Amino acid sequence: MHVKRNTILTIASAAVLIGILYWLSMHQLKQGMLVSIIQKSIIFALVAVSMNLLNGFTGLFSLGQAGFMSIGAYTTAILLIPVKNLDGVYYVNGVHPLIRAFKIFIAESPAWLQSLFPFIALLIGALLAALVAALVGIAVLRLKSDYLAIATLGMSEIIRALCSSPQMDTITNGSYGLNKIPGFPGMFGGLIPPMATPFVVVALCIAFIMLLIKSSYGRAFKAIREDEIAAEAMGINLFKHKEMSFVVSSFFAALAGGLLAMYMRSIEAKTFSISLTYDILLIVVIGGIGSVTGSVLSAFLVTASKEWWLRFFDHPLTIGGWEVPLFRTGFRMIIFSILLMVVVLVYRRGLMGSNEFNWDRLLGRFANLRRKKKSSQGGDR
Amino acid sequence: MSTILLKTEHLTMQFGGVVAVDDLNIEIPTGSIIALIGPNGAGKTTAFNVITGGYQPSNGSVFFDGQTIGENSPRTKMKRIYNGSDKTVFTHRVVNTPDRITRLGMARTFQNIRLFKDLTVFENVLIAKHCHIKAGMLSAVFRFNHTEEQAMRHEAEALLKTVGLFDYRDDKASSLPYGKQRRLEIARALATHPKLLLLDEPAAGMNPKETEELALFIQEIKHSFGLTIFLIEHHMNLVMDISDSIYVLDYGKTIAVGDPKEIQKNPAVIRAYLGVEE
Repeated sequence: MHVKRNTILTIASAAVLIGILYWLSMHQLKQGMLVSIIQKSIIFALVAVSMNLLNGFTGLFSLGQAGFMSIGAYTTAILLIPVKNLDGVYYVNGVHPLIRAFKIFIAESPAWLQSLFPFIALLIGALLAALVAALVGIAVLRLKSDYLAIATLGMSEIIRALCSSPQMDTITNGSYGLNKIPGFPGMFGGLIPPMATPFVVVALCIAFIMLLIKSSYGRAFKAIREDEIAAEAMGINLFKHKEMSFVVSSFFAALAGGLLAMYMRSIEAKTFSISLTYDILLIVVIGGIGSVTGSVLSAFLVTASKEWWLRFFDHPLTIGGWEVPLFRTGFRMIIFSILLMVVVLVYRRGLMGSNEFNWDRLLGRFANLRRKKKSSQGGDR
Repeated sequence: MSTILLKTEHLTMQFGGVVAVDDLNIEIPTGSIIALIGPNGAGKTTAFNVITGGYQPSNGSVFFDGQTIGENSPRTKMKRIYNGSDKTVFTHRVVNTPDRITRLGMARTFQNIRLFKDLTVFENVLIAKHCHIKAGMLSAVFRFNHTEEQAMRHEAEALLKTVGLFDYRDDKASSLPYGKQRRLEIARALATHPKLLLLDEPAAGMNPKETEELALFIQEIKHSFGLTIFLIEHHMNLVMDISDSIYVLDYGKTIAVGDPKEIQKNPAVIRAYLGVEE
């Protein structure tokens, strides 16, 4: 009975979400800001979920997400900048002849390959990051807790420094960054408009991660999080499973990085500095370490309040001739920080803790509220 | 004729200058219950850790179920400071990680319970089934191994029923009462399909009634799973009741070997446990 009700609720809410997306895609021009905020949120949601897989489910405190995102972003960007824009982008140092040759090859390839190519580029970026993760993992996954965090943080900085180094000028355009990156492509021959592409890609990726977590391998990850020594005594090969989690997490971080490149249309090494990792860590912690739905929810809340809801505080405000003090550019970040502190104080373990979203819990909470209201009213009379 | 399932030869474990286990020679015949006793700090748990691959021995070898699973001789710095009483030179070096040894059929429990606390009772047992999984990660994600997964779940459920924990299957492991946690840890070890089960103080902190139940439980699982059992224990009643043979350690050295009756009368053992009047 309840199972049936929950399925109906899930399908209904999915339909509502798709409806909203459809409406937004119809009114894209008017709702530009809203569209771009939810696109950014969904991209960050994927990075947050990938980080949660590592930090929340496998218990590996890694801070290398930004590094892997930059691998994905740069690879995708380099592969996707159209031939005609190459000289404009690499105006200082010129472009590596191999890249140009490859681009001409793609530009002359059949149309079906060209329409599919953006996704292939995303995949190449992600696979490259997975490869780097596999190699780095051999060295750093022997480390525990804080030491692992420091090592991965350092690795992320090395990747960023490499991307902006002069030696890489003809490939990554060094410190000038890359621009004129094509935006999101449509999917399935235009069935899904470009605007909705990131949602479909991210939904598929998060579904993959959730399936992984619920599989036997996911349970092994959780065992490692709970107690490494016991997990090893139960026949779980620690290195193999840690490496697996690290590689999968990096793969999806890089894929999100590629999406971010398409979203921003221009990237530079500075975009992927440590503060990006911290932004994502913030999302993970607010959402609840060990909760996928928490990460997704928190990605939307954090991004929206940073970029949208709190804009109000950035403009000078005058009430009846009296100018309210403090209301000026940058004030919203203070409000944002205060809100964060409040959230962390109220929800010690993040909004969702380590639970996943489920209808019974949500409806149960509403029912509780109603009951409380009723009883308090009864008390008044 | 019973075969030897586990055998250690001149097993020595030295930490820095301290010889924690010195020249330990154990033979465990298939189907028996063997106990390892001794005062606190005698090196019993260290011996367990060496056998299960947690430590690499300083000297000696471990032989299990037809193959050598660990062998080492003093090298580099250890060669200089080696202080064990046995000087037999082993030429090979065999290293196996604990997870591999578990997959070979040797499971253990811990002195201070190490359950996966935040996971359910059912998940605890199910995780132990993971070590024999055949499907790769991708096929597990896309549920191509559906039959295997179902089989794992059924086996885990059956196991929980056997050990009488089925009613607690959805409870958090940490919420179980102490005795049940001990039982769950044994169930979890059983889920890896062991031939040899190593129990590190299974009755620690139990009252006499619980200890009696545990003795029955150990004998029960020994028969129904065809196990060989090697246990460390301080409750002498339990040890004397169920073990076929007892090894006594003191300060790392084996001071006595024999069946329960012999051990009870052995003067060296009495001296080690009670001290001797000067």
